[in-house]
Amino acid sequence: MLQISLIIIVFLLLIIPTGNYLYHIATGQHTFADPFFDKIDKYIYKLSGIRKEDMSWKKYALSMLMTNAVMTMVGYFVLRIQSIPLLNPNGISSMESFLSFNTIISFITNTNLQHYSGESHLSYLGQIVVIIFMMFTSAATGFSVAMAFIRGLSGKVTSLGNFYVDLTRIITRVLLPFSIVGALLLVSQGVPQNFTQNMTIQTIEGTYQDIAMGPVASLEIIKHLGTNGGGFFGANSTTPFENPNIITNMIEILAMMLLPGSIVIAFGQMVNNRRKEKGKEKAPWVGRQARPLIIVMLSLFFIGLSVCLWAEKAGNPILESIGLNQNMGSMEGKENRFGIEQSALFTTVTTAFTTGSINNMHDTLTPIGGAVPLVNMMLNVVFGGKGVGLMNMVLYGILAVFICGLMIGRTPEYLGKKIEGREMKLTALGIIIHPLIILSFSALAVATSGGVEGITNPGFHGLTQVVYEFSSSAANNGSGFEGLADNTNFWNITTGLAMFFGRYLTIVIQLAIASSLMMKRQVNESIGTLKTDTGTFTVALFMVIMIIAALTFFPVVVLGPIAEQLTLWK
Amino acid sequence: MKKIILELKTPFLISIVFLFICGLAYPLLITGVSQLVFPKQANGSLVIVNDEIVGSKLIGQKFTDPRFMKSRPSAVNYNTYTIEEKNEGLYSGVASGSTNFAATNPELEKRVEKDMAYFLKNNQSIKKSQIPADLLTASGSGLDPHISYESALVQLPEISEKSGLNQDELQKIVKKNTENKLIGIFGEKIVNVLGINIDIAKKINVVIDK
Repeated sequence: MLQISLIIIVFLLLIIPTGNYLYHIATGQHTFADPFFDKIDKYIYKLSGIRKEDMSWKKYALSMLMTNAVMTMVGYFVLRIQSIPLLNPNGISSMESFLSFNTIISFITNTNLQHYSGESHLSYLGQIVVIIFMMFTSAATGFSVAMAFIRGLSGKVTSLGNFYVDLTRIITRVLLPFSIVGALLLVSQGVPQNFTQNMTIQTIEGTYQDIAMGPVASLEIIKHLGTNGGGFFGANSTTPFENPNIITNMIEILAMMLLPGSIVIAFGQMVNNRRKEKGKEKAPWVGRQARPLIIVMLSLFFIGLSVCLWAEKAGNPILESIGLNQNMGSMEGKENRFGIEQSALFTTVTTAFTTGSINNMHDTLTPIGGAVPLVNMMLNVVFGGKGVGLMNMVLYGILAVFICGLMIGRTPEYLGKKIEGREMKLTALGIIIHPLIILSFSALAVATSGGVEGITNPGFHGLTQVVYEFSSSAANNGSGFEGLADNTNFWNITTGLAMFFGRYLTIVIQLAIASSLMMKRQVNESIGTLKTDTGTFTVALFMVIMIIAALTFFPVVVLGPIAEQLTLWK
Repeated sequence: MKKIILELKTPFLISIVFLFICGLAYPLLITGVSQLVFPKQANGSLVIVNDEIVGSKLIGQKFTDPRFMKSRPSAVNYNTYTIEEKNEGLYSGVASGSTNFAATNPELEKRVEKDMAYFLKNNQSIKKSQIPADLLTASGSGLDPHISYESALVQLPEISEKSGLNQDELQKIVKKNTENKLIGIFGEKIVNVLGINIDIAKKINVVIDK
């Protein structure tokens, strides 16, 4: 418990300065590193022909979509020709078309669901030019959109900004410098970084062993910083070469928590700024408007973590019944160097912050322990990856304001803007898309032979495998109940679509809401205003999230993990 | 048409620019620096005995010799194989992962029961309830280089008998290869199986059969 508490404290201490830094980046204010980065950025703008003009939300969304489309095509092309003898010492062949489709959608949408195994399906060229490249750009895309979204809400600008400028600044000023430092830290702890061929050695017993090599560290750090989650190797961060010891485990946990946590702080400062202009009050560490959001996020996070930790520590009653001592907890699928505590923490963090990397196998978690990552992805608001969770949380905030407004008969307002029909329709749509994708694709999968064939565990767990896969896709998480035999056309296509819609539909709706609110006139706070920075609102927000989640997902969670846990206790 | 091409110019150029910066320059820079500053770690923390590479400190191995410490079960057999196994297609290339048996999967129960019977047969002095859970459960990666400290101790009576080394010597070897919790707080108390077996091999002069 002590180690978990210490990690959380470090996290809270880190996000305040980093959030402040992000705030400066997002609002184009001066930072200490400007003289250096300005030169680099100027060069990039010149090479790419970027003019720093302001964009309407439609132009912003379109630029984002077109850039992503071009990157998708370039990446797809490389995957299909990666067999060429360039940075390919292990003679990996090119990826087949449906798997390439799934892989490329997976990485451009920041999901990083992997239906392939890194060791046998990707050459080093593919790993760096497709995977690492997309890990940077998809994370930066998410952050750019989140910045534009917050700008729209902040009420002090008349434009959402320029997508290309945001993308560039995020990569050069945040992701690249952080990654360079982090990658070297990881190498110092034993994560390999080379381009040599896999090694075959002879053991002291005279047998042979193959040891996989590659540029692992450079991928490993951006995988977590950008909340990507796709592993260099098949078994992701459980593999000792991706995550060799407890220090790397904590670096990886903190790396994935850092930016999603910081952006909530940056949000608080950006929307707070408005009031600061009027004078006096010094900007607080956590902006008033960010407080309810961060408290709800942290509460959900701690509930999930406690449940997962408790369930895994309790062990597996079936193994206990055949005489295997369960004092250590449920160790199937877990690594000894992490143990139960750091495994449960990693599991909760990777799904709350929608990274999707794993340091233990989620398929082998106890049913209730496995329900925690599942529910985190269904909620998709517990910090979330690269600002996505924040944007979803704001949608719930708008919904909460609306419901509270109805209850007490006041006009709903959020951040000084009236919430009207158009915003409410978009918000409802933005909230409903997520369960709609998950549940309808899951229904399709269990109703067709192509879907059912993928299930590898009998009973209730089989349903959980299916629902988990689509929740992970729609939430752009990318972790998996890895037992699912998912490299088939059915799974490659359906999850590809789920990831695509889960990402872009939501982003476009969110930008539309931000732009619509931005255009409205600021209403002054009066006695009639429902305050959104109070304890009451925090509770209301929490309850709204719970009610929506229960209405949409409760039946399927009962049929899956809860039913399974009951059979375990029988 | 011309307009569409013009619209695509910036998306295309910015993609190429970042492909070079993030996809090539960055990994190559990290590789260069790592190879200079941390050459051992960057190349897989390989373990060398008598000028021969016998494994990596970080990657587990399968051991069958009764004189050696055993690792946890592995779905990928630690990528360890014999020439015959490779020729028969039982080993199909380097991999990682687990069998992903759910907690309720009857196959998990069967596998643990089988391994348990095998362990008890080979370690007559040990009672069922003394076996730590990690020793009979598979790791996530299938490459876990460690077993828990308790799992090492439970194997010592048998190793002592088969190797002729006394328990004290073995205790010392285990201690030498034990990693404690980081500053007493973070992680678990674990032992490196390959490290132990190299030390045992040195003591009893096992000649590596080349």
